[in-house]
Amino acid sequence: MSAFLEIRNLSARLRDTGERVLRSVSLEVPVGAVQGLVGESGAGKSMIGRAVLGVLPKAVEIVEGEILLEGRDLLKAKPSERRRLIGTRTALIPQDPLTALNPSRRIGPQITDRLVDILGWEKARATARAAEILAEVDIPQPERVMRLYPHELSGGMRQRILIASAFAAEPKLIVADEPTTALDVTVQKQILHLISQMQARHGTALLFVTHDLGVVAKICDSLSVLYAGKVVEETTVQKFFAAPQHPYSAALLAATPRHTDAGASLEPVPRAVLDAVSAEIAADDASWRRHG
Amino acid sequence: MLDGRGAVKRRAGARLWLSGLWLALVVLAAVFAPLVSPQDPLAQDLMLGRLPPFWMPDHEPGFWLGTDSLGRDVLTRMIYGARVALVVALSAGVATCLIGTALGLVAGFYRGWADRIIGRLVDIWMAFPPVLFAILLIAVLGTGLSSVVIAIVVIDWTRFCRVVRAETLNQSQMDYVHSARVAGFTRLRTLVAEILPNVLPVIVALLTLEMGIAVIVEAILSFVNLSVSTDAPTWGGMIAEGRTSIYQAWWVLAFPLAALFLTVLSFAQFGEGLRDRFDPVLR
Repeated sequence: MSAFLEIRNLSARLRDTGERVLRSVSLEVPVGAVQGLVGESGAGKSMIGRAVLGVLPKAVEIVEGEILLEGRDLLKAKPSERRRLIGTRTALIPQDPLTALNPSRRIGPQITDRLVDILGWEKARATARAAEILAEVDIPQPERVMRLYPHELSGGMRQRILIASAFAAEPKLIVADEPTTALDVTVQKQILHLISQMQARHGTALLFVTHDLGVVAKICDSLSVLYAGKVVEETTVQKFFAAPQHPYSAALLAATPRHTDAGASLEPVPRAVLDAVSAEIAADDASWRRHG
Repeated sequence: MLDGRGAVKRRAGARLWLSGLWLALVVLAAVFAPLVSPQDPLAQDLMLGRLPPFWMPDHEPGFWLGTDSLGRDVLTRMIYGARVALVVALSAGVATCLIGTALGLVAGFYRGWADRIIGRLVDIWMAFPPVLFAILLIAVLGTGLSSVVIAIVVIDWTRFCRVVRAETLNQSQMDYVHSARVAGFTRLRTLVAEILPNVLPVIVALLTLEMGIAVIVEAILSFVNLSVSTDAPTWGGMIAEGRTSIYQAWWVLAFPLAALFLTVLSFAQFGEGLRDRFDPVLR
């Protein structure tokens, strides 16, 4: 299996303070595989997804590394070439369904615009495709929904539409940025199931960003654990849940609440583990500075 | 599923209708001024000076709202004054809107050096006292309607720029903007097709507010005799003339003042009403 997306030694820092936010991150997403990206908030997991899609915040700059999409380095590509590669091969399932659809435009054009303007489809074909993909994510009466505005739909409906929209052009890679975090717990499960079902049916590779190890266990093939912008462990899901290698991963796993053991108090990640990871990162930074 | 929010009817909005009605009246009066005015706006007749309005004793038929000290009909001059007010409101309002909005969108969306330059410019601009600035500009440009319009545009574009920039900045953080960028749309297309429609309600509200302000500024400049020629009927000019005879003929001052007040108020209310009605987020 060859990697569809490969990130090599990606480092990024804040423009104004120079603080490193990604520390030589390397990871691979094979064709059709689901790669999890877990870490606490602020660990830089969303940052990686956004770097791949070329929508990093202005305050962050990439200082070194490669992001290879089908073997082509996005960071070295011309802006128009990069836009074309990202636009035709990838899609995004964003975090917050409430702000991810444009409130002043109808649903239909928000799905078809891209098919028509970027991929050059005929209008009628794009409209038919949008209706088809909406039906696939169990939206009733797709033709009617396409004429509605986002505010006329519930959060769960909107997230379904965003998933449909992401799969509409049959991308090879979808970055899902905490797609279930903003949703109700009851809806979360359905949406997760839907994403996993769609992924399997379309054979799309998925880079799944989340802080929820439970979600990773359900949907991912392999995962990278991130702490302070550094990948501390990269492994398959089976191996991770059987025996996490890095002390931080082990502590993170131990901190996850389990419903099998409802009365148990939650374990925070121990201080000693955090100190050890921080020391590791400081050493890493020092060697990075020597070379850079 | 549908959550029923779409089905809730909004109340009709009395302020939209009332302000719309007054503005429609002003527009009709301005457009059909020669047809609807009872007298000639410039005709003077000293024998008919300071006639009172129709419900007071000694009034003269045909001069419904009385005459000023030179015997000119107040109602007629108010109707003609509406022309000047509307021309200024429309041209200055639209021009201010276009310039301020364009700069605000660029500053809020592209950020970086463009934002810094535009931001500093706005700061500097807003430090000038506006009325003095206007008078200074007229002194340079010479009096006349076009000078008044230019002065208003030059002074007031900052109002649009500030507000539109803030709203654009706000919208740019939304996920739908990221999605559009990921889909491969250019920045310009994202700005025009995705962000602009969401900033539009604010722009409309500001535009009507600006039209009201333009009417006031024109009246101020007429008041100090820096607008169109002294003869020509303007609300500000009438107020200035009425001021000198307020104890003998209050109506010369009161009616144009009321028209000015109602028009400015209506512009602001109309904009708010439109916004309430058409903003998809407030809806």
